[in-house]
Amino acid sequence: MKELKVSSVGMVYNVPKSDDVIALNDVSFELEAGRLLTLLGPSGCGKTTLLNILAGFLAPTSGTVELGGQQITKPGPDRGMVFQQGALFEWLSVEQNIAFGPKMNGASKSETKPMVEELLHTVGLAGFGDKQIYELSGGMQQRVALARCLANDPDVILMDEPLGALDALTREKMQGLILKLWQETGKTVILVTHSVEEALYLGDRLFVMAPRPGRIERDYNLPFAEIGLKVEPRELKASPDFIERREEILSLIWEMEEQIMGHGS
Amino acid sequence: MTALFSRFGGGPDARKTVTFGDAAAVRSLPFWSLVSLIGIIVLWWAGTKPWGFPSDFQQAYEAKAAAEGDNITTRQMLIECGAAPDCDDSMYSQFLGPRTMASPIDTWRGFNVLRTDGFADHTLWEHSWISLWRVIRGMFFGILFGVPVGMAMGLSSRLRGLFDTPVELFRPIPPLGILPLFILWFGIGDPSAVRLLIFASVWIMIISARAGVGTVKLSKIRAAYSLGASKPQVLRRVILPNALPELFTGIRVALGVSWGTLVAAELVGAEAGLGSMIFRARNFFRLDVMLVGIIVIAVIGVLMDVFMRFLEARLIPWRGKG
Repeated sequence: MKELKVSSVGMVYNVPKSDDVIALNDVSFELEAGRLLTLLGPSGCGKTTLLNILAGFLAPTSGTVELGGQQITKPGPDRGMVFQQGALFEWLSVEQNIAFGPKMNGASKSETKPMVEELLHTVGLAGFGDKQIYELSGGMQQRVALARCLANDPDVILMDEPLGALDALTREKMQGLILKLWQETGKTVILVTHSVEEALYLGDRLFVMAPRPGRIERDYNLPFAEIGLKVEPRELKASPDFIERREEILSLIWEMEEQIMGHGS
Repeated sequence: MTALFSRFGGGPDARKTVTFGDAAAVRSLPFWSLVSLIGIIVLWWAGTKPWGFPSDFQQAYEAKAAAEGDNITTRQMLIECGAAPDCDDSMYSQFLGPRTMASPIDTWRGFNVLRTDGFADHTLWEHSWISLWRVIRGMFFGILFGVPVGMAMGLSSRLRGLFDTPVELFRPIPPLGILPLFILWFGIGDPSAVRLLIFASVWIMIISARAGVGTVKLSKIRAAYSLGASKPQVLRRVILPNALPELFTGIRVALGVSWGTLVAAELVGAEAGLGSMIFRARNFFRLDVMLVGIIVIAVIGVLMDVFMRFLEARLIPWRGKG
């Protein structure tokens, strides 16, 4: 498994007739293989920019990103991506969506068939292989997106607010699924979220990011993802440790928001 | 049949209290479509039907009515007076005379003659097929040239710049405006008609292909690259299928425009086809033939649209869902 190394990454957007926007300023960190990192912060803190750089969709204006010693310059099948919604291919069935990656790399249907069946089972969609995407609920669609990503057996899974469009109940179920998949596959996962609770519950490492310029404000190592695999999620989220951390981070983000508001007026 | 009775309400909108202004609650009720169809035919029939009685008949009727009084029904009296149909047309008053409009009956007779004997060297089916085949060829080449150009415009800034000028310049030209030039270059009949239809459809296909490429969500493209797809694979497996709904809309619009353009073009620039059939019928005052031609044009136009909608439902079932 490969380690992720981010060295002094900066990202500056040139805005015509206005000041340049510093989306990321000198961001450095290392992430061992098999960690689940969550990125949290107010809008404009550069968390999605960072994710897009890791995916290879954006080239940073300064600094480098390496995965297993190999510099990242463009998207590739070693880094799978799960989007918030709308990234599935509506013209393909559930099965065909999941088999898309292997098929692009030349796998035949007989090769992908057993793997697709297994993945459907893993994400809790056994028997839904023949369904069309538009026949599925939002939660089920995200399950397909997860399976499609896993089908390529990537080293890193990047998730851009994967549960952001789901209702609260579905969201909790999907959080459980992500934890389960993380444990079973042992893959490195980086997940962007707006929800403090989600970031705490899922992350075994958590970056609280700050805006203007976009940077990593706090770097937490957290126990909850490990505990969450054994304990009932509701119970965990109601535990004093969890609540304490949640309040700490919430007030941190509140402060940032206040600063932005002050800055803006 | 149940759809016919939906005029009584029902369905998910039945319990809505605010429907005036709620666009989702307004749909076309088939019952009323049927009413208007029947209405059109009745108006046509009534407008071309001889009204009133010839004067000598009226006198005979009045005399009989005076003599018999209440002992006979109106209907019996009409029959005994030797009812109207045998009388001379000129004795009737008529809203639309036989030199203005053919009656439904005459049109039906004309239709039967056109089916079997034909008009202007071809049967009705031959005229229809000649016109339809021109549209099919024109659309084929319009799609063949238009879709790649439109997609290229949606994918490359250089090609967008290159093609923008001719597209914006030629698109507003009404195809019929360029017909005289085409007749001069290619002669009348198929050569100019098919080229005119390519001209009519190709701009529409370019615009719709360009728009279709534009509708693709960035996340889909990024997902495909992340899954290891190459550029040609992204084009063929993501951009093209994603553009299908827009392409279909383009084909439907282009088909309608082509059909209308063709019939008008055939009025002047062809020796066969539905448009030319109508035009020649005018020279001989064959109102029945003209009406049959007009109706066939309308029916084929509707059938083409129905066919396209059927294809659309089969080929792109995801349209408008999710």
